[in-house]
Amino acid sequence: MTPRTGAVIPWYRRVGSRLLDIYAAMVLLYLFLPIFVIILYSFNRPEGKFNFVWKAFSLDAWRDPFKYQPLFDALKLSLKVAALSTSVATVFGALIALALCRYTFRGSNFINLLLVLPLTTPEVVLGSSLLSLFLNVGARTGFWTIVIAHIMFSVSYVALTVRARIRGFDWTLEEAAMDLGANPLRVVTKVTLPLIAPGIAAAAMLSFALSLDDFIITLFNAGSRVTYPLYVYGARRAAFLPRSTCSRPQSSRAACCCSAPSFCGSSAACARCRETGRNSPIAGSVGCVCPGTVRRFLNRSSGRS
Amino acid sequence: MAGAAQGGARQSRLAPYLLVAPGVLWLIVFYVIPTLTLAKTSLAVGDAPWWESYRQALTGYGDHFLRSAEYALAATVIAVLLGYPLAYVMAFRAGKYKNLLLGLVILPFFTTFLVRTFAWKTILNDNGFAINFLQSVHLLSEGGRLLNTTLAVVGGLTYNFLPFMILPIYVSLEKIDPRLVEAAQDLYNPPSSAFRKVILPLSLPGVFAGSLLTFIPALGDFINAELLGSPNQQMIGTVIQNQFLDVRDYPLAAALSFVLMVVITGGVLLYARVLGTEDLA
Repeated sequence: MTPRTGAVIPWYRRVGSRLLDIYAAMVLLYLFLPIFVIILYSFNRPEGKFNFVWKAFSLDAWRDPFKYQPLFDALKLSLKVAALSTSVATVFGALIALALCRYTFRGSNFINLLLVLPLTTPEVVLGSSLLSLFLNVGARTGFWTIVIAHIMFSVSYVALTVRARIRGFDWTLEEAAMDLGANPLRVVTKVTLPLIAPGIAAAAMLSFALSLDDFIITLFNAGSRVTYPLYVYGARRAAFLPRSTCSRPQSSRAACCCSAPSFCGSSAACARCRETGRNSPIAGSVGCVCPGTVRRFLNRSSGRS
Repeated sequence: MAGAAQGGARQSRLAPYLLVAPGVLWLIVFYVIPTLTLAKTSLAVGDAPWWESYRQALTGYGDHFLRSAEYALAATVIAVLLGYPLAYVMAFRAGKYKNLLLGLVILPFFTTFLVRTFAWKTILNDNGFAINFLQSVHLLSEGGRLLNTTLAVVGGLTYNFLPFMILPIYVSLEKIDPRLVEAAQDLYNPPSSAFRKVILPLSLPGVFAGSLLTFIPALGDFINAELLGSPNQQMIGTVIQNQFLDVRDYPLAAALSFVLMVVITGGVLLYARVLGTEDLA
């Protein structure tokens, strides 16, 4: 967008571009404001029940961040749910994506629709409809219902992310490998998997992050189990906990801990995929959900492109 | 999978079905069937006509539906106004800092949704610095509040779904061929018409996708309304959640969910019809 050298740029255009940059910087600041506040207030020594007003600098919350057992348990449960649901959803979703990209078959339209629908359904509805199913069949809500729900909403994200990444791959490479004498197992391990691995890794990362952060669907289906987001939510109602167990700075610290690994993971995925932007898991999923999703699922089979 | 890789397997008619089977079955059992169960639950039992809970839902909670739609729409519009310029700067003016900026946009969202919203509660708190600052510059009257206002709820919704607006717009801007932009700048004067006639139309699919990704979750959200608003700002999500988990009036709750779903699906289809007439894919 920079005008070529030699072009005379009138002053008002330069001022205009400057203003645009400043505006963008301010939006970025808006995105970071709560994060600064979380970090700042994790060093606060709150007076009374709420950690809303700055009182004094303190390292209390950081000295032993996992001292408070329920918080630790909630984190452990969330990680367990996320690991389990991610492994299952990644396999299911990747298989769907593979089938959609490599084969033209009857019913692929229906599958595209089935993948997009959960994304256009509000979380409240997803959560409540699953709960009504569990109530109807008399299932008790708990660990397994959380996992089931998380797999359900992750499958779509994984399938769409992987499909966006592997669409347009040159599948004749597989045939070439076979012509060169590789047996089917070798073709899969040496050609197919390495080709689709970055897409699958990005999708798995996204699914893990979504599961770790999900609150609404989990709220409906958790029964008496408390995941990390449910714990944070509960801490708001039980803001009357004794101060020693005061949850807010603790949660801040836990929030920092939790976000670090998932960030490292996804930036690693980015670096691996070499291209720019589009490849970070979130951008990837958004990128594939976006252009014309609705149109596409309405009247066209995606098949092999 | 090993079977699928075999020579000539591409013609195999069973292979794709075997590949999609586990995931599709899962979605049918845990998405399609629950939705049907929800529909069944919403139909009243006993002597009342079948639409009884729908009548209750629409007469009793029409306000909530309307308010949710207003808030979600406002949040979507504000998100476009905030997100588009940032995406534009990222795509065209950031140069080698492109990826850094992209990382910065995503970074805040690696903290939990709830923790972020709590942080806003801290910022907007009655004794917080935002209030003090606004009062000191006389933008806010002495007894004025930020927390528990419509502004806070819409602001929270905008904040939490902003990346879903920025990223698709960025992706669609980034895909534009730079030569096209250059040609437009040569052909059009003033440069603003180059933007209006070339860049903006090409980025509309991104705006379209971003709006859906912001509007849909914002419409069903209840955390922002609950944490940052008062009962006056209650959205339909709160009502559904209350009816399901606390009041346990399942038919009414199911009817509310179903109406919300129909409203959204209808809205999405209409939106696609109106804006998506060209080939967006």
